[in-house]
Amino acid sequence: MDQSLDQYIELAAKALDLPIEPDWLPAIKANLEVTLRLGKEVASLALPDAAEPACVFEA
Amino acid sequence: MNAWATSGEIAQAVRGGQASAVAIAEAALARIAERDGRINAFTAVTRERALAKAQALDAARARGEPLGALAGVPFAVKNLFDVAGLATLAGSKINREHAPATADATLIARLEAAGAVLVGALNMGEYAYDFTGENVHDGPSRNPHDTSRMTGGSSGGCGGAVAGGLVPIALGSDTNGSIRVPASLCGLFGLKPTYGRLSRARTFPFVASLDHLGPLARSTRDLALAYDAMQGHDADDPVCARRSIEPALPCLARGTAGLRIAVAGGYFKRGAFAQALQAVDRIAKALDTTHVVELPEAARARAAAYVITATEGAALHLDRLRTRADDFDPTVRDRLLAGAMLPASLAVQAHKFRRWYRDQVAKIFDRVDAILAPATPCTAPELGQKMLVLDGVAMPLRPNIGLYTQPISFIGLPVVAVPVPLGPLPIGVQIIAAPWREDVALRIAQALETAAVVQAPRPQQWKDA
Repeated sequence: MDQSLDQYIELAAKALDLPIEPDWLPAIKANLEVTLRLGKEVASLALPDAAEPACVFEA
Repeated sequence: MNAWATSGEIAQAVRGGQASAVAIAEAALARIAERDGRINAFTAVTRERALAKAQALDAARARGEPLGALAGVPFAVKNLFDVAGLATLAGSKINREHAPATADATLIARLEAAGAVLVGALNMGEYAYDFTGENVHDGPSRNPHDTSRMTGGSSGGCGGAVAGGLVPIALGSDTNGSIRVPASLCGLFGLKPTYGRLSRARTFPFVASLDHLGPLARSTRDLALAYDAMQGHDADDPVCARRSIEPALPCLARGTAGLRIAVAGGYFKRGAFAQALQAVDRIAKALDTTHVVELPEAARARAAAYVITATEGAALHLDRLRTRADDFDPTVRDRLLAGAMLPASLAVQAHKFRRWYRDQVAKIFDRVDAILAPATPCTAPELGQKMLVLDGVAMPLRPNIGLYTQPISFIGLPVVAVPVPLGPLPIGVQIIAAPWREDVALRIAQALETAAVVQAPRPQQWKDA
């Protein structure tokens, strides 16, 4: 995972045309690891296929 | 009038002719000049504008015209609000190159229509991606109760300016906790209204799905005065609800009789320092409630807010990340770059979960009217502090001060943060109500304030001034 995330960041930066300096990588990776973990936590709750996203949200 | 006069007292004195609006404005400007060097709350002071507005108020009174509910009340705004004639910084270096705003944000216009007097723009964390109040471009906002400590953010200058007695009201923004966190760490009252209640027109966005605006003040009544003046639909904000104005001020004195109040358990009890739990206990005891409710999947709600924030924030700044990456605060830049690389599927899932979670929490509000929870896990940390120990685990401080605010703003619930004056530093408690029931949270806050359970403490350095 560790090395594959390094590769992912490198490829994503290229694909998105984001200039990244080598010394920024550890912090970007740390942030990405946390956010991916939290994203997986959200995605691990099974919701029905018909569940609607709340992109335009009304409380 | 001294630095600690409330908005209500100031407006009454100006309307009654016991004080002129110009004298009030000059006193506020003098306090800013005297005190701001120690707390770094202001990034711009609108002296000429303030005096012109105050002169107009005094002239209107002299002509016998009625003055508004906030006549002569000085206020300031987080520097992501458009102020005509100023570039809207949003805490950034990059936005300094923007042309000056040509019109005020809607909420500024509404406060001024009620007679309030804008005296300046306030420091904030860069692009609002912050819970600390630190800013590498303008220097950190400093906590008036201990200037070696954080105000909390991202509305850090709001916390400092109001807690320091420079203004009685400030307007901030709250995407994940940025009103409630500085309110907690600076010992203030803060209102994050229901998502869609107050217009966000002509303010610099952060996360459109989660952005709210609202006031910070030193009393519940001042929150309600400002809130009532700012309500109402605004076609310039597509999210602003088509609801009639529902004044909160007339409801404040109704007390808590008949209200069903509970304490949030589970997630909201974990990780908190003793002071945070002590503050909630003190308020629960004063309200005579032992009822505990669990918000289902609160940790997941916080995670989903985190993901939406990362992706929408990155999308907003993508072009600036490509062309101006060196001009960001590195801490903000690296979070945004990581957000740009998240798969879209995770953001969509987070938005689906948001609707599901809203429905689950709505069921709780069938049984209770308000829920109490900590606002922050701790009192104000030292400036520069990077880590926080929660439940024995060292965690990065910057994202984790909003641990208890994120699951609430994620579904747009109205919250009043109230200050519990523990020594030596204050800490806040969230009073959370059902959607569109700001009045309930404000009623409870007022009852607690009347009973002296909550109050905005005056900083020792300016206690008698």
